[in-house]
Amino acid sequence: MSGSFSIDGVTVPFETGQSIMDAALAAKIYIPHLCHNPEFQPHGSCRLCCVTANGRTVAACTTLATDGLEVANETHEITTRRRLLLKLLFVEGNHVCPACEKSGACQLQAVAYHCGMLAPEFVHFYPKRAVDASHPETIIDFNRCILCELCVRASRDHDGKSVFNISGRGIDAHLTIDSPSGRLGDSRFSASDKAARVCPVGAILPKHRGYEIPIGRRLYDQESISQVGDVASHREQEDG
Amino acid sequence: MTDSTPTDISRLETAEHPENLRRIAIEPLTRVEGHGKVTLLLDHDNRIRQARLHIVEFRGFEKFIQGRPYWELPVLVQRLCGICPVSHHLAAGKAIDQLAGVDQLTPTAEKVRRLMHYGQILQSHALHFFHLSSPDLLFGFDSDIGQRNVVGLIERHPDLAKQGVLLRKFGQEVIRVTAGKRIHGTCAIPGGVNKSLDSSERNYLQQDLPQMIRWGQEALSLAQNLFLEAREQHRRFARIDTPMMSLCRDDGGLELYHGGLRVVTGDGHKLLDRIDSREYHRHIREQVKSWSYMKFPYLQQLGPEHGSYRVGPLARINSCDYIDTPLAERARVEFRALEPDGLVQSTLAYHWARMIELLHCAEKIEQLLDDADLLGSDLQQSGEMRPRGIGVIEAPRGTLIHDYEINPDGLVTRANLIVSTTHNNRAMNESVRTVAADLFDGREISEGMLNSIEVAVRAYDPCLSCATHALGKMPLVVELQEPDGRIIDRLIKDTRGELSR
Repeated sequence: MSGSFSIDGVTVPFETGQSIMDAALAAKIYIPHLCHNPEFQPHGSCRLCCVTANGRTVAACTTLATDGLEVANETHEITTRRRLLLKLLFVEGNHVCPACEKSGACQLQAVAYHCGMLAPEFVHFYPKRAVDASHPETIIDFNRCILCELCVRASRDHDGKSVFNISGRGIDAHLTIDSPSGRLGDSRFSASDKAARVCPVGAILPKHRGYEIPIGRRLYDQESISQVGDVASHREQEDG
Repeated sequence: MTDSTPTDISRLETAEHPENLRRIAIEPLTRVEGHGKVTLLLDHDNRIRQARLHIVEFRGFEKFIQGRPYWELPVLVQRLCGICPVSHHLAAGKAIDQLAGVDQLTPTAEKVRRLMHYGQILQSHALHFFHLSSPDLLFGFDSDIGQRNVVGLIERHPDLAKQGVLLRKFGQEVIRVTAGKRIHGTCAIPGGVNKSLDSSERNYLQQDLPQMIRWGQEALSLAQNLFLEAREQHRRFARIDTPMMSLCRDDGGLELYHGGLRVVTGDGHKLLDRIDSREYHRHIREQVKSWSYMKFPYLQQLGPEHGSYRVGPLARINSCDYIDTPLAERARVEFRALEPDGLVQSTLAYHWARMIELLHCAEKIEQLLDDADLLGSDLQQSGEMRPRGIGVIEAPRGTLIHDYEINPDGLVTRANLIVSTTHNNRAMNESVRTVAADLFDGREISEGMLNSIEVAVRAYDPCLSCATHALGKMPLVVELQEPDGRIIDRLIKDTRGELSR
């Protein structure tokens, strides 16, 4: 079975079982997102991919495409709402783009640029979060974690290790590590795990290196994320 | 002007009865980088009793980089400054080379870093001379304040102003080619650099070089002539006699990127020479004073009272034995002939020395762009990690020291940054006091007199925002007084942060 629906007036074909996001990605139409990665079960938590489908607001990654559906994606209203979500994400963590080694190849930064967010609007929370550098090859900077749960899904569903989980609720939600000490170095995590290569921001990074790609040649230096796509897909290509 | 002995000047640090004195604050200091002020306390006869240079902003980099991964340091700490970020970037870069266990970079990596550094010094010196200081020197210290700025310079000397802007732009372009951005780019990574030049980038920089060297020569002639026009007055203005410190090559040549520490005393005697710069802490100590966020370093051999020294262009051109580029070397010989029996101690000679260095940097950039290593592909070395790294470099304003310790996980546990302006803190205060003692002798106070104080500070090209790091170490006294002035309680915090009554 297949059919078609429209995104901002453009006709998009779909196969039965595809979400709006899946069909849009196949048709190379960009719907902003952070927690979605087509390799894993959709999670629907970042809410950035929310679109209106026949007038109802839904997450594009968790809503199945249906024949004749009219989807609005990049309208003024939706983009304004996305900017609001992004501004909230920026103040909830400590995202210091000027010094961050992920700058220029960070999905949060790139989506923010795409949605026209040029400055923070809200008061920063400045949460006190640690850096876990206990693992010999990988570092976790919790300051930059946006709770997308991609590392949780990759470790559980692909690596079969369940090294990561999200604990706490609401503003207290945080990433935890399954090890006696709670530190990465004492867990079963390995730098060759899938979970090491899915972080869309600068939270899970290889150790002892950074800033190796010169400014001007980084992933999003030349083209917008709407053309280039996700960080994880490029990392897979580089590693593969 | 009157001759003032060092004892006279030192009496002006703290007045005995400040409550009876009139206070004048020059705030903010203008045409310097960062935020500072000078306070003057005068008696009823307009005679100076106390003069201090204060740094009133606070940065705290040494504290908040604790807990960060070491490879972030060059990019993180360069945010100390918007004028000399490259100097901080490269000092931290040299430190993290050591943390990564690398003692020798590949020729390509070292030359890319040097190119970036020469571009940085060239642009910073052009900015300081043309934009910040030349209005004083061209129009006079007490000229019309409405004209005594870069806009006045553009109106009255448009060609000169244009040269200043374009010289600076060239330096910024050298930085952009090596770091990806003119300000706050990336280049140094542990044990190397993230890019070299391609031939189009090299050709792009080469096309402007002959013009830059010509303009560099003209800027040098201008600085030299301005000094010599009122030679005796300029020789004595804000003059203090101090030892001079800089990095030097082992053979005594001028060195801006990597060398041993040399300290030369006023009579030309080498107090220190070929000292491994990582041993700086054996020779330089720091004192904290209750009235400034900036530390007061001194030479350990001479003690806190007499250990004041100077760094920067004046110190470098004085302390080196030669310069390895022909035009700058010729200028150095002329410069040193000013004081055949010792060092050139005139504070205003900083400008002249600065322009010798600007020309030297243009010549070095020319040499480097002809070097095939700059286009090489061998960018990075690796080694065994070490717990401490100390990067020392000659920044535009003088010797810059970045000292870091990390834990086995690679996170910073301690940082000490001794910034060029901090080295000059005592000297700047002494120069301020010298000018104050010379001018504030009872005559009616004019705007020109206040600007003369600023001219003395400006000569050092201080970067005040780089230089404030005395977090938690500043001694403080809090006094609770009755309306009649009687002290009823007193709380004292010492330099270790401990409280007592």
